[in-house]
Formats: sequence, structure tokens, C-alpha cells
Amino acid sequence: MSAIRSELSVEIPDALLDEASDLPPGVGPYKLAWRRLRRNRVALAFGGLFLLIVVLCLLAPVYSSDIAHQSPNFENITGTVKVGGKTETIVSSSDIPIGPTWQLSHYFLGADQNGRDVAVRVLYGGRNSLEIGAVATLITMVIAILLGLVSGYFRGVLDGIISRALDVIWAYPAVLLGIALGTILAFGGIGPLHGTTLMVPAVVIGVVYIPYVAKPIRGQVLQLREREFVEAARQQGLSHWQIMWGEILPNLSSTIVVFIPLILANAILLEAALSYLGAGVQPPNPSWGTMISEGINLIPASFSLTLVPGLMLVLAVLSVNVFGDGLRDALDPRAKVRIAR
Amino acid sequence: MGRFAIRRLFSMAGVMIAISIVTFLLFAAIPGGNPANRLAGRLANPEEVHLIEVKYGFNKPLYVQYVRTMKNIFTGQAYSYQQGFNVLTEIKAGIPATFSLALGAGIIWLLTSIAVGTLAAIRAGKYTDRLLTVLSMTGVSMPPFFLGAVLIYFVGYKLNLLPIGNFVPISQSPWEWFKHLLMPWFTLSVLFIGFYSRVLRSTILDTINEDYIRTARAKGLSERQVLFRHILRNSLIPIISLWGLDLAQVIGGGAILTETVYNLHGIGQLAATAISNLDIITLMAITLLTAFFVVLLSAVTDIVYALLDPRIRLS
Repeated sequence: MSAIRSELSVEIPDALLDEASDLPPGVGPYKLAWRRLRRNRVALAFGGLFLLIVVLCLLAPVYSSDIAHQSPNFENITGTVKVGGKTETIVSSSDIPIGPTWQLSHYFLGADQNGRDVAVRVLYGGRNSLEIGAVATLITMVIAILLGLVSGYFRGVLDGIISRALDVIWAYPAVLLGIALGTILAFGGIGPLHGTTLMVPAVVIGVVYIPYVAKPIRGQVLQLREREFVEAARQQGLSHWQIMWGEILPNLSSTIVVFIPLILANAILLEAALSYLGAGVQPPNPSWGTMISEGINLIPASFSLTLVPGLMLVLAVLSVNVFGDGLRDALDPRAKVRIAR
Repeated sequence: MGRFAIRRLFSMAGVMIAISIVTFLLFAAIPGGNPANRLAGRLANPEEVHLIEVKYGFNKPLYVQYVRTMKNIFTGQAYSYQQGFNVLTEIKAGIPATFSLALGAGIIWLLTSIAVGTLAAIRAGKYTDRLLTVLSMTGVSMPPFFLGAVLIYFVGYKLNLLPIGNFVPISQSPWEWFKHLLMPWFTLSVLFIGFYSRVLRSTILDTINEDYIRTARAKGLSERQVLFRHILRNSLIPIISLWGLDLAQVIGGGAILTETVYNLHGIGQLAATAISNLDIITLMAITLLTAFFVVLLSAVTDIVYALLDPRIRLS
């Protein structure tokens, strides 16, 4: 063992060798991956943090109706609030909103320039941001997997058309394409996609990221289709769909699993960017991006208006990224997956 | 080699034509009906709308409009309907700011990420590597407009160290130019440093196991020589090609968030203003030129690659 180990130690980390030595033969790749992931405490902790953020944001209506007694769009410009026995105006006469009161029942994180409760809005905004991120990721993954499978499997003219179409999407910087599509859809709309619905940014972001997933999947399918087991399936008379669905797709699963957190993180970031520029979630609907863009105008007087949604955004994206990194290491320590911003 | 270059240039031209058609259709198809209605305003009568329609050619078939629009954009005849300016002049006016931002940030993020990535790779698995990994992760999770806001608040307002934005041309005062761009450079670089250093780290770790590295060590080269002459030289190729493409995007207005938060009046901010005014022609011109720039540079990178590496042009 030690002789083998000293020879291999350049290539294989010690941790992996140890792992292999105490495993019974025939442990499946997913069980192995799960064991590696379980050992990666940092990744698990950040995965937990993301779950916590999701749960908090899902509980936004509970907080809003039972604790803060305010809806996210309730404006209270002329009102007052009691803080530590003193009565203070929510928005001062010079238009500066109150900062965090640290009382869960009243303006825990302060108010914005329209006298709305920042804590309530940051939870509702998070719900919107996460929802858009999740739907966009779903759209990207489903379409990209389909396109990648079809173009990699059939090759030829079909592949040429799909690949060129992907090249066209890919040539636009993500933010600019998102803006163009977002402005167009928000302005007029196509079918059910119009105006201020959250589905507009979700679809836009979903479309923008398709090439970043479809291209690597296509590359992998191109390699897989030459393998013996695909040849065998073809000899047995399986149809193209059966081969794609039953033979090739399962072999793509670890790539797909690795891409999901990556796209989710980037989708949340792009949503924030689009909303910041006014081409994403439309006010008065809250999202982390719109809240930051409203808050930036009040720097330096009320920095917390920018800081609160910004920190939530960074924490959510960071936790998805770190967890995704751990997942990638666990599934395939040598995998190389890349994404542009 | 010549054949490869010609093939690549032809496919580039094809993609460019496709991009121009897609961009035009996207913007021409903006629902909300006839752009003449929007231009004429709410109180216009049908004759006025018709006059505008004829004047701008909105009543012509789409392909005629397409050719006209492309001609206008590329010959500098395109005028913003909403804001009245000549689009190309306005884009040219944004070039100094955008170019200064892109080039400075590009140098910073390339050099820093090479240093960070190399350090993380040679300390792989150790404490330094973990710390750098966490920092890179934070970098890629940080939206530029939020980082910009935080810097503006602390460095600009609280500490009063640097000006909080605006662009000063280098011809006017090199020192002011530098001071005004320091925060934007940093803000734009952070995201790329995080991303590039991760890529470089994994490429270096792959390269270390190659046979020629073993040979280099075996013939008695020092670790420093192995690192700089053999490992880095091979690992930097993907980084440099990424850098070319990203720089193309940033120069084309892709740094829209950084430019907006620091109010730099570059091409990106021009696009941002165009959104809020629904200034379609400006947005279309910027989107189109940026995409062209990216396609052009990616073709150039491929050709340069093929010059350097015979495996690519033969495949």
C-alpha cells in the first residue's frame, strides 16, 4: 500500500486514497460523492445557510402579517414610531428615513424613503429574487439539456444550426442581452409574459444562460455517443430517443447537478443587476436588486437601505457558490466546469 | 493555416449577420405597436402619425427597415428619437471613460488573478489555499453595484480618501484621472479576479501532473524555473484567451453596472440611460457593436491559438 501510495501521491490526494481503502468494493459513484460531500463541512455549512435564507424568505408573509403587521408596499410617510420610549418620525422632514430600530415588531431594519418596512421588504424581495432565480435555472437547464443532447447526438446540419444560434446568444454580454430582452418584455410583452409579472425577468435570465450550459453538454454528448454502450444500444435496435434518454442522459447527470447551483447563483446575480438597472423586477414590487437601486440614491444619509438587501444578496449567492463548489469536488474531483458572468 | 483562418473569418461574418438580424428583430418587434405612435406623442392626430411614419420609414417592409437601420448605424446617421443626439457621436464620446476603465481594470485583474491563482495552486489543500478560495468565492458572489456602493460609502464619504465617481480625462489631469478611476478599477476587477484565479488554480493543478513537468524536474531545474518556464507558460493560455473576450465585453459597454454606480459616462452608462428612456436605437446600436466586438475578438483569439498550437488547426 505504502509503495503504491508514494508513487501515486502526486496525482491522487491522500484523502481520496484513504477513502478508497476503507470502502467495500462496489460502492456507487453517488454514495461515494455523498461521503465526500459529508466530509466537506464548509460546503455543508453554506448549504445550510442557503436553506435558512430560503426558509426565512418563504416565511415573509408570516413575519409581515403576524409580527410586523405591515404589508411590503404599505407606505407610511407621515407616521411615527416609538423607539425606547421616544417617539420618532418614520421619515424625517428632510426626507431621511429612520434607521434600524432592532425591535422585531416595528421597523426592525428601518424604513425606506416611502416609509415602508425594510425588514418586510427584504424578505418579500428575497422571495421574488429566489423565485426568479429558481425558475430561470429550471428554464436554462431544461432547454440547454434538450439542445445539447439533440445537437451532440444528431450532429450534422441540425447541430450546425443549434450551435450557431447558441453562438449568437453567447456573443451578447449577459447583462446587455438581459436588458434588451427585459426592456422589450416589460414594455409590451408576448402572450402571458408582459408588464410587471415576475416571469418576465425569469424567462429573460433563463434564455441568457442557455449557451453556457448547452455548449459543454453538447461536447460531452459528442464523446458519449462514440462509446461502446451506445453502440450496443444501437445494435439492439433502440430508437434515437431511447438512446438519448436512457443511455446518454444518465451519464450527463453529474454535469447537470454541478451546473444547477452555478446557474442558480448567476441567475440571482443577473436578476439583481437587471432590477438595479430598471429592466428586471418592476417597482413597487420588491427584489434585492430594486431595493439596492432605491437605496443607493440615499447614500450617505441612509446606508442601511443599500447594505441590508446587498448583504442578503451576497450571502445567498455566496452560499450557493460554496455549496456548489463542494458538490463539484464531491461528484468529480477533476471536473472542469466554467461559466461566464 | 490560411484555410483555417479563412474558414474562421467566414463563420465570424455569418454570426455577425445573424446577430444584426436578431438584434434588429428584437428591437423592431418591441410590442406596443408602431414606433411612430410613441414618437408623435399622446395628442397626435392620425395625419401627424402618418407623417412621422413616412419620415422615418416605419411603413416600409421589415427588410427595408433593417437595411436602412444598419446603414444608419454604421455610417453614423442614426439619431436617437427620444434624446435627439447622434448615436455614434454619443458612443464615441463614451469611449475614453470606458476604455480607461476597461484597460486599467483588465491589467489589475489579470496580474492579481495570476498571482492569487498560482499561490493557491502551489499551496493546494493548505490553509492559504482555503483562505484564497473563500476570498475568490466572495469575489464572484459580489455584484459590482453593491461593492461600488459600499466603497463609495466607506472610502468616499466616511474616510474621504477618494472621489466618489465621475470621470476626468487623462489629458486634463493624469493624477485626477487615476484617483477617480481607482475605485471603479477595483470594483470591476474583483469579480474577474475571483473567477480567473479559480480557473488558473485548476489548470495549474492539471499541468503539474504532466510528463514534461516531471522531465523538467528530473533534469534538475529549480522549482522556480519549473514553475515559471513550464507550468505557468502552459497554464496561462486559457486565462489569456478568457481575458481577451472579457476585455472585449467590457470595452463594448459590458461594464454597465460599474459605470452606472460611479457615474463614469461611458458606453455602458449610455446604455443604462437608454433603458430608462426606452431609447431603442441607442440600445440597439450599443448591443450590436458590443456583440460584433466580442465575435471579432473571439475569431482573432482562435486564429492566434491556431498559429501557436498546430493541434487546433488540424482538427
